[in-house]
Amino acid sequence: MTGDPARFPLSWTRVVAIMVKEVIQMRRDRLTFAMMIGVPLLQLMLFGYAINSDPKALPTLVNIQDNGPFARALVSALGNSSYFRVEGEVASMAEAEHRLANGDAQFVVTIPAGFEKALVRGERPALLVEADATDPASASNAVAALTVLIRTALDPALTGPLAGLKSGPDPIDLRVHRRYNPEGISQYNIVPGLMGVILTMTMVMMTALAVTRERERGTMESLLAMPVRPSEVMVGKILPYIVMGYVQVVVILAAARWLFGVPGVGSLSLLTITLLLFIAANLAVGFTFSTVAKNQLQALQMSFFFFLPSILLSGFMFPFRGMPGWAQWVGEIFPLTHFLRVVRGILLKGNGLAEIWPELWPIAAFLAACALVALRRYRMTLD
Amino acid sequence: MNPPLAIDVEGLEKRFDGRCVVRDFSIQVPKGRIFGFLGPNGSGKTTTIRMLCGLLTPDAGTGRCLGFDIRHQAAAIKRRVGYMTQRFSLYEDLTIAENLDFVAHVYGLDRRRARVDEALEQLGLGQRRRQLAGTLSGGWKQRLALATCVLHQPELLLLDEPTAGVDPKARRDFWDHIHALAQGGMTVLVSTHYMDEAERCHEICYLAYGRLLVRGTVPEVTAGSGLVTWLVSGDGADALARTLHNRPGIAMAVPFGSALHVSGTDAAALEAAIAPWRHAPGLTWSRTEPSLEDVFIHLMDSAEDNFQ
Repeated sequence: MTGDPARFPLSWTRVVAIMVKEVIQMRRDRLTFAMMIGVPLLQLMLFGYAINSDPKALPTLVNIQDNGPFARALVSALGNSSYFRVEGEVASMAEAEHRLANGDAQFVVTIPAGFEKALVRGERPALLVEADATDPASASNAVAALTVLIRTALDPALTGPLAGLKSGPDPIDLRVHRRYNPEGISQYNIVPGLMGVILTMTMVMMTALAVTRERERGTMESLLAMPVRPSEVMVGKILPYIVMGYVQVVVILAAARWLFGVPGVGSLSLLTITLLLFIAANLAVGFTFSTVAKNQLQALQMSFFFFLPSILLSGFMFPFRGMPGWAQWVGEIFPLTHFLRVVRGILLKGNGLAEIWPELWPIAAFLAACALVALRRYRMTLD
Repeated sequence: MNPPLAIDVEGLEKRFDGRCVVRDFSIQVPKGRIFGFLGPNGSGKTTTIRMLCGLLTPDAGTGRCLGFDIRHQAAAIKRRVGYMTQRFSLYEDLTIAENLDFVAHVYGLDRRRARVDEALEQLGLGQRRRQLAGTLSGGWKQRLALATCVLHQPELLLLDEPTAGVDPKARRDFWDHIHALAQGGMTVLVSTHYMDEAERCHEICYLAYGRLLVRGTVPEVTAGSGLVTWLVSGDGADALARTLHNRPGIAMAVPFGSALHVSGTDAAALEAAIAPWRHAPGLTWSRTEPSLEDVFIHLMDSAEDNFQ
């Protein structure tokens, strides 16, 4: 095996010696070891079970102004299809508008007054479907299924004198309004979402590294021997990154406006305030990681471990409503999930504080929990 | 009348994961003195220093540092203490001037720019102020670290092995600086492994296994050890070390170049033990004072017997 090193430049003894050392080091760094096992498992779980790009059972509201047998047949056909889940009725267009804006419903189906009569006369009455098309992908399959669905719902009822309607053009004039994004441009959905993704990635990583670096290089000891409080260190370290975060936001917003033509109908000042909360939540995560991580590599690994489910379960890459219940439940924890709804709501739907409020307090709760852990752990590292 | 005390602690104790690192540590250091902290690696020197400046909370014991309670007034102590850590702990990616300015800023000093300029001038680094601290050589790093520690004119300076790995000339300059500071009224507590540095302290103490074993001036410590030492010189004296080692009556036999120090605590037993070699050809025997190193190694050996 060994032989003359000049004749066998690759010595197995030396290779094995280095290999053994490497395995020992790998086993000793528990976090890296856990990541190597954990990341594939996490990806398997998320991609295998949670992610589905063809969402079913989308929440649908109906606005029934004509309660005839045809109308009832239509509503029950909607309920029977796998794409729609009828969650109730709305009394007015105003209510429908509001429920679409705050994300309660993906579709509102309106059956206008005189629907039945017009149908019987062969006048092709309008059936109005309003879809929340901020994420065009999540609504398109359901919309495509509508035409077939209407046919199968009505055909059994079209008998006797009405049988003639079967052969002609559709007995109903189906009008689908793709709200907030009528042309179904996916950039409208992705670019604002990207703001949340970029902020999550940089804010968590930067803070985690900033504090861990201090410990790894030994400068923490000097710093703690000086008359500074832990909270002063925390705030002083975080503030520059908040400013950095806003710089990123300005860049993304400018690109959204002038490169991608994203509408931007809502209030920029409301967005600015929400951003502060979201950025703070991510910084708190980073700070918490930094109090746990022993070195910068571990801090990076933890950031990645947070980032991966954030991006996959938040509804950024794949429709949130396509995921099974447990994945949605987990997704609700991440600030990114809520921020995506806020930023898309403000920029595309023109939402105000009332509509986005249900998304703000989960971010605030997350921030509070993280800050609590970070401050407690940070104090303890003195001893 | 007793001089005012800079450090006055009683019964300090610190445990890490149930392991006692410092136990029952009491010491009084008068103001304006240079106090040397000696002891083997892991004897609790760094931990004690960290407790004194409020970086660590003692598990037991009480005390005052510069008149402030070490448990409850850490903030007040930190403002008046300069602590130079064992490892170079300034920001390597900041320049020399930026490091000084940062520290001045944290302490909230007035006339920041002027103070930084003065410090740079004193260091002789005025021309290199824009150089990154990380690119300095070991000796310069240590001088810069000292300069940042005294920037806020502390009353007490804690130096944790400040001269490890620094060349003799730089060490001498460093100690001259320390003496100048002490003459200005600053109290200095310095831990070191170098015997020549110990001899430059007004007073020293020796720690082993977390306990204070002795304290006093260098002559006091040497005399108090009760060690009797013979110096053997001549051809092959150093080779005798192995032969004499562990003989009854001989505590240690340490070669110094071609000479040998043979020490024991009992003068008569020692003489009996060395008798067979006293008149060996080529060897000269003479009584000598034990060196500080002899004393400390002896202290460490006996401490091992007592505590381990």
